[in-house]
Amino acid sequence: MTANDKREILVFAEQRRGRVHPVTIELLGKAIELSNRLPLMVSSVLLGRDAEGEAQELIYYGSKKVYLFEDSSLYNYDPILYKTNIVALAKEINPYAILFGSTHIGRSLAPRVAASLRTGLTADCTNLSIDEDGAFIQIRPAFTGNILAHIKTKTSPSMSTVRYKVMQRAKRDEKREGTIVKMTPLPNAPSWEVIDERVIEGINLPDAEVIVSGGRGLKRAEDFKMLEELAKLLGGVVGSSRPLVDEGWIGKEHQVGFSGNTVKPKLYIACGISGSPQHLAGMRDSEMIVAINSDPSAPIFRYADMGIIGDIYEIIPKMIEKLKRR
Amino acid sequence: MNIIVLTKVVPDIERVKFDAVRGVVDRSSAPQEINPFDLNAIEEAVRLKERHGGRITAISMGPSDVEQTLKDTIARGVDEAILLTDKKFAGSDTLATSYALSQAIKSTGDFDIVICGEKTVDGDTGQVGGEVSEWLGIPYLPYTSKLNYEDGKFKARVELENIIYEVEASPPLLVSVTKDINTPRLPGFREKLNARKTQVKKMDAKGIEADEGRLGFNGSPTWVYKIEVPEEGQRDCKIYKDPESGLKEIMIMLESRDLI
Ligand SMILES: Cc1cc2nc3c(=O)[nH]c(=O)nc-3n(C[C@H](O)[C@H](O)[C@H](O)COP(=O)(O)OP(=O)(O)OC[C@H]3O[C@@H](n4cnc5c(N)ncnc54)[C@H](O)[C@@H]3O)c2cc1C
Ligand SMILES: Nc1ncnc2c1ncn2[C@@H]1O[C@H](COP(=O)(O)O)[C@@H](O)[C@H]1O
Repeated sequence: MTANDKREILVFAEQRRGRVHPVTIELLGKAIELSNRLPLMVSSVLLGRDAEGEAQELIYYGSKKVYLFEDSSLYNYDPILYKTNIVALAKEINPYAILFGSTHIGRSLAPRVAASLRTGLTADCTNLSIDEDGAFIQIRPAFTGNILAHIKTKTSPSMSTVRYKVMQRAKRDEKREGTIVKMTPLPNAPSWEVIDERVIEGINLPDAEVIVSGGRGLKRAEDFKMLEELAKLLGGVVGSSRPLVDEGWIGKEHQVGFSGNTVKPKLYIACGISGSPQHLAGMRDSEMIVAINSDPSAPIFRYADMGIIGDIYEIIPKMIEKLKRR
Repeated sequence: MNIIVLTKVVPDIERVKFDAVRGVVDRSSAPQEINPFDLNAIEEAVRLKERHGGRITAISMGPSDVEQTLKDTIARGVDEAILLTDKKFAGSDTLATSYALSQAIKSTGDFDIVICGEKTVDGDTGQVGGEVSEWLGIPYLPYTSKLNYEDGKFKARVELENIIYEVEASPPLLVSVTKDINTPRLPGFREKLNARKTQVKKMDAKGIEADEGRLGFNGSPTWVYKIEVPEEGQRDCKIYKDPESGLKEIMIMLESRDLI
């Protein structure tokens, strides 16, 4: 079979303010892996303005083809304009599958593309594979993370949104070659007029290397200060279990778990967190997990590498002291 | 203003059991409620109506036994509740669900806005709203945390994680709201009593003039073919009962891993 007969596995290369979102590189990593199981060609679609540099990067990260739609109206995300072009492309190339990151952009765009193509879409996948018959398999946590559902799609293409920080990133290699295919954007009435745009300098939990998380072992909202101090000393940020977010003690962007962020830091310190399946779903794959909990039977200890049984109000100040004394 | 809210009746997810043999949620194991995220959609509809007048229709697809629970939408300020219920809807994935909902919306006549929740706690896809907007061919404003109506246009705050757009868009359109948009009010005693006396309007596949091939199992391109109980992923934890020795080991670990 020549390269030209290969069906494509198409990655939506999400761009924000001109830069490709890192989830795209993870999607490419997975697409490359899948293309070794079935003869597929890895390609990506990028919509933006002056985006050729980023398109070239996608080639270095393993795209054999980058379909590039450039227009000033595509710099900002617009569900209808993006959908129109991706649907037209999908009808032309008839890909095997289309992958989106499970970001707000991916999760709002993919449904419009899927409904327009009258095809299936699986949300927030944590794994993808191909079975012996060449069928695409999408795996996602269901029932609040207690089970994993394996999902197949009867129609073509299969479409998935994929959770950030669960797949391996593709490796960058400047020796890789590929083609940038310049596409002519199709006109359509935009979804909205953007009157104002702001970027908030919030924390970015998924990208943090060290996370110190607090759970219901904390007695007051102010006690997050103690965790913050520890996190700062370690060059990290503060995370939280869900109940404290629901209480309004800390912002949702700090939540770790099934309905919050998936994180994979070098170090995760769980302070006063019991280790519910929903919390574990978001941090289980951290490189090093340290748990501090007063209850020896807390499930978190079974998923941690090191644990101290004791009171966080005694142990964390001591740890802060030790780090400061260095 | 004609406002439509999409709302699903779900089992109380904190209590519901999973039937691992049949691979489905055992709905009978827990009480039902309005999907918590949809309470924000209903509240936002009520606020729009308070400011601009109009009529709110709640549309829900589900088995017929959710009828009583659906009356809660009326207690919260919805004028009419419609339940799409028919054996032909059974087994619908998000594409089939969104198709049926869009047909029902069309059958109610002209509308200015459709409001839905960010996601359901049982399906947890957050896809249905976007797919409905595509079937209807109208703009979709996702992750909306602020909504106003002025001079014939909707003004909304769309949150794309760290990027926040303030946008303007013309009706008709579909908005999915986040939990931050408002705090749902609790229905009063009198409202609850009145709601109990109202009727939920039921519609079937014929009533919404649906193409039957697009409904239920047949109209659903995705299917769950296997359920897996995830690998535990447990680790060998070194446990310290004495904080001093634990902290000492942690400091050694931090150093050896170049974390300090
Ligand atoms: C649909 C759904 C989605 C969910 N999504 C998430 C999610 O994304 N993230 C999430 O975290 N949860 C989520 N949950 C909630 C989850 O089920 C648990 O309720 C939650 O994770 C428990 O949080 P916790 O460990 O902080 O609290 P608890 O379970 O109450 O644990 C507190 C722990 O602190 C310990 N402790 C108390 N005092 C001290 C002290 N002084 N020193 C040391 N230890 C102390 C206790 O021994 C206990 O183990 C979700 C639930 C549902 C139904
Ligand atoms: N069966 C249904 N009936 C009515 N509305 C629904 C239904 N399923 C989903 N929705 C709406 O679509 C939103 C997203 O749902 P989901 O895609 O299932 O996470 C929900 O918050 C509801 O507003």
